[in-house]
Amino acid sequence: MNPEQILFFLFGAVSLIGAIAVISFRHPIYSALSLIVTFFAQAGLFVLLGAHFVAAVQVIVYAGAIMVLFLFVIMLLNLGTLSAKGAISGKLKGFAVILGILLAIEGVYIAVNAINDPPDASAEAATESVNTTTYNIGELLFNEYLLPFEVTSLILLAALIGVIVLVKRESQAENEIQ
Amino acid sequence: MENFPLFLIISSIVKILIIAHMLIIGVMVMIWAERRVSGWMQDRLGPNRVGPQGLLQPIADGLKFMFKEDLIPNHVDKPLYVLAPAMLLVPALITVAVVPFGSSIELFGETINLQIADLNIGILYILAITSLGVYGVVLGAWASNNKYSLLGGLRSSAQMISYELTLGLGIIGILMLTSSLSLRTIAIEQGAYPWQWNFLIHFPAFLAFTTAMFAETNRLPFDLAEAEQELVAGYHTEYSSMKFAMFFMAEYMNMIVGSAVVVTLFLGGWHFFGLENVGGPVWSGIISFGIFFVKTAIFLFVFIWVRWTLPRFRYDQLMNFGWKFLLPVALTSIVVTGTLWITTGSRLVVGIGNVVAAFIVVSIVAGLLVMQPPKPAIQDSERQITPSALDAIE
Repeated sequence: MNPEQILFFLFGAVSLIGAIAVISFRHPIYSALSLIVTFFAQAGLFVLLGAHFVAAVQVIVYAGAIMVLFLFVIMLLNLGTLSAKGAISGKLKGFAVILGILLAIEGVYIAVNAINDPPDASAEAATESVNTTTYNIGELLFNEYLLPFEVTSLILLAALIGVIVLVKRESQAENEIQ
Repeated sequence: MENFPLFLIISSIVKILIIAHMLIIGVMVMIWAERRVSGWMQDRLGPNRVGPQGLLQPIADGLKFMFKEDLIPNHVDKPLYVLAPAMLLVPALITVAVVPFGSSIELFGETINLQIADLNIGILYILAITSLGVYGVVLGAWASNNKYSLLGGLRSSAQMISYELTLGLGIIGILMLTSSLSLRTIAIEQGAYPWQWNFLIHFPAFLAFTTAMFAETNRLPFDLAEAEQELVAGYHTEYSSMKFAMFFMAEYMNMIVGSAVVVTLFLGGWHFFGLENVGGPVWSGIISFGIFFVKTAIFLFVFIWVRWTLPRFRYDQLMNFGWKFLLPVALTSIVVTGTLWITTGSRLVVGIGNVVAAFIVVSIVAGLLVMQPPKPAIQDSERQITPSALDAIE
């Protein structure tokens, strides 16, 4: 095994263990922390693929911003340990089972495909262009995928405005009560 | 094994050892300097007993920390309580890996870049790692199971998320003109003379970035997470001995790394009037390292200077300042830099345009704030967060 393979299995194992820990821990803070570990392992996998930019963005956005907000909310609401019963109701359980089966089918499909048709030279070509991934992503985003990119920004803007409207309405209602 | 990069590995290990030790020694010197400089600014002596000029005081402090009892209170969440100081210290240590601290040295026919790792996404790496620093504070605060600690942690997380935006947006102007994310390229692109450095071209972004960095390091005037008058000691109230010392070291390490990053991005890196090219292939590298070192040290002095000059912000002032002044300034800087660079292609025009635009934006925001009707005596944000958070803990 060359070093890259060792690292791949290391990151893969950490990622899986973290993902299992997310759903095993009873306390939401520990779950959130396990999710951060998973994000890190995935960032490591991205680096192995030569996608440095994606790895950095993964850490900045998910581990650095979104999970901090998660922690913030958990602490502010002071969520305690989840009790075994009542955490997942019957309806949700059925939904979870369906989603789980779908995901398992997807996983098997990808695995079978990969075994039948193993990637060859394309992987080496990808590692050669390590120094230009950021450049390539930029070019693709602002040329070929310009419209989807702009649409995404509009969706985010809509979410922002929605939050402001909701908060405004709430504080107005409070003022009227007073 | 003919291609085995033995030389690369050995030189990397030497560089890592030197830089890691310089950081730790730098922390000790900073602790001494902070106390002596604050003494000087307040017209008193400061610690001057241990060693010449009190220089050995940090060693005495360190020894004292080590021999203190490492107390772990019964009511804390033990795994996270123990982990939190390390989670603050490690990001502070590994950020320095991508900072170029000099040009290059030629030894045994090989060129050694004075930088541990020249990542092609250097800036993003720094942003990613600094954004992790907040976990140490927040988890330490939460694990302490103490209302003052928790309030400090909540304040700190909100503050860091708010100012991280400015931190990230402030450097985009530089990226547009340099068209590289590598810190080494950014440092090289800046010329030898001060008027070619980035801080003049992106002056508003420079101010915004520096201010945001003060906030990220939790230094006065942004140290609301440990406001002594309100929160005892904030997030590290329950910590003692070396665990407290690790929080302390992380703060100073963040300052040193932050200064080095500002010097690289805005203050020309190792350039200074062509002095960095004097001497042969070895001496020029060492001189460039010296220039970088002196610049970082001067910036660190500014850190201390600001601490003993400005009083602490109130929490609503902090949020207003971050969201209503720094963020608009950073955003305008991006728009103006992009537009003027495409249309004129002149760094002078970009520099002037940036300052003018920032001035206009700040005037508009200030005008809007003045015209706002006065708020009721008790502010909404304070009333909502503080008591409910206190109730929640109790």
